[in-house]
Amino acid sequence: MRTYYLKRLSMGALLIFSVSILVFSMMHMMPGDPIDLMVDRRVSQDRRDALRKEYGLDRPLITQYVDWAGKILLHGDFGIAIRTKQPVNDQLSRRIPISLKLCGLMFLFELIIAVPLGLICAYKKDSWIDRIITNISLVMTAVPNFWLCVILIIIFSVKLKWLPISGYEQARNWVLPVASGVLGGVSGTIRLTRSETIDAMRQKYVVTAYAKGLPHRAVVVGHVLRNALILITVLMCMSIPWLISGAVITERMFGIPGMGHLLINSIVMQDYSVVQACVLIITTLTVAFNILGDILIGLLDPRIRIAQTEGAQ
Amino acid sequence: MSDTPAGLFLSRSLKNVNFMIGFIILLSIVLTAVFAPSIAPFNYDEPHKADRFTAPNSTYWFGTDDFGRDQFSRVVYGARITLQVAIVGTLIQVLLGVTVGLLCGFYGGAIDRILMYLTDVTWCVPGTVLALAVVTVLGKSLMNSIIAISLVNWAGYARVVRAKTMSLKNMPFIETAVAFGERRPIIMLRYILPNMVPALIVLISMNLPGTILSTATLSFLGLGSQPPSPDWGLAISQGMTYVTRCVWLGVFPGLALVYTVVGVNLLGEGLRDLLDPNIG
Repeated sequence: MRTYYLKRLSMGALLIFSVSILVFSMMHMMPGDPIDLMVDRRVSQDRRDALRKEYGLDRPLITQYVDWAGKILLHGDFGIAIRTKQPVNDQLSRRIPISLKLCGLMFLFELIIAVPLGLICAYKKDSWIDRIITNISLVMTAVPNFWLCVILIIIFSVKLKWLPISGYEQARNWVLPVASGVLGGVSGTIRLTRSETIDAMRQKYVVTAYAKGLPHRAVVVGHVLRNALILITVLMCMSIPWLISGAVITERMFGIPGMGHLLINSIVMQDYSVVQACVLIITTLTVAFNILGDILIGLLDPRIRIAQTEGAQ
Repeated sequence: MSDTPAGLFLSRSLKNVNFMIGFIILLSIVLTAVFAPSIAPFNYDEPHKADRFTAPNSTYWFGTDDFGRDQFSRVVYGARITLQVAIVGTLIQVLLGVTVGLLCGFYGGAIDRILMYLTDVTWCVPGTVLALAVVTVLGKSLMNSIIAISLVNWAGYARVVRAKTMSLKNMPFIETAVAFGERRPIIMLRYILPNMVPALIVLISMNLPGTILSTATLSFLGLGSQPPSPDWGLAISQGMTYVTRCVWLGVFPGLALVYTVVGVNLLGEGLRDLLDPNIG
């Protein structure tokens, strides 16, 4: 088992390393001189050279990469934003908690709403309630997240005037952003829960449980639910990074100053050191949650644990 | 008629409700795009200074915007852009994915490991974020946003094509081709590829909604199509600017987008039943 974890972790580290090279070289392939982003075009060549030296942009790319990656690894320091001339860390540390709060709330509500609905669909398969829920969730997958935000704003802020359009200080500011994220993500989770549960109900151990005379409720709770929820937990865990990237749009729409907002602003301003940092952080989270998901499913499901152990040898 | 393979397919698809509804929706969009100049009452960037911010009425079915441009005409012309996104995006993704998948599956070994690692790398960055990074490098335009989305989405094709190639290359008819002295590129293109066409069609229909929605998202963020393009994503962001004054600006282009994606989804579900019961 330990070999499997080690293999998985080192694979994850290698992936993050590759992405860091990819992101770094991409940002340096950008057309134009980064110095042009910092100062006016009329600034003298001497001043430009001095700036280039100050930011270390005159050194070979490999040296720059090693320096950049080393600082992140050793000190968690993402350098200085080339446009705003502030440390990237200062900007990030203000914004990450806001993004985490948004994603956490979205995840929580998605779980509370989607899993029970998916279970109802599975238990009442092909009934009218199942048809209604699956059809609505099918249409919801076709609705782009940003348009959903617009519609929610039109209904609840402009027409009904119940909720504010933007801001993030008060609880009522968070209702629409969280609702848009949940409505966008809920359909996928409902369909996942439904198919996993139906799958679990078809297993032979369920037939055995009925055959040995267990009451319906005991079979559902003890056999079907227990098995279906394992995979649902893990897949939800793996979906967290996608929640983060979805929050990029939501933050932009509702003017919530989180990491996604920072990312898009930095892209528009071509502030590449900030873009690098954001992409790297989101990638690391993605890889980390995927590994966590793999480890979790091994802990929860002995069949998979055995397969993992054999696969690692 | 129904005893030929094509006739059989036709009679089965006529019975498939999802496929037919999706097909009719898509056909309506293609026709709208092709005949946009005859359908739209005005040109998409023709300003009517006297009629700025008009609510939907009998002249301007979907209202007008800050320049007094007819929104109905803009939505109609926007179908052309969506069609362009769908065709160009799919072409890039299929070309990249099929090439990589075929090479990996057929040759195996080091090529396979390197290329598959590359797809792993693109998969561990969430799509929207990677596309945003690519657009940062390439610059803002519709074509660049299509390229960015395609660079993010090709890996799915590569995986399926690779798996299919690996299972096909050990079939007796490939051995026969080898025995007849066919060259490897010919085997890949004329023996293996045709056997994957149904799976590829299903895969395209499954990827198309994502391609359309992601490109619209980039345009919405101001990183794709630039004004005065009638792009639906861009139109929604313009509608968002005036959301408190004129609600209609954001609603109609979004409805057009949802209509399109629902159509593609239904067509995809139908195709999956008709062509390949094993996928998905």
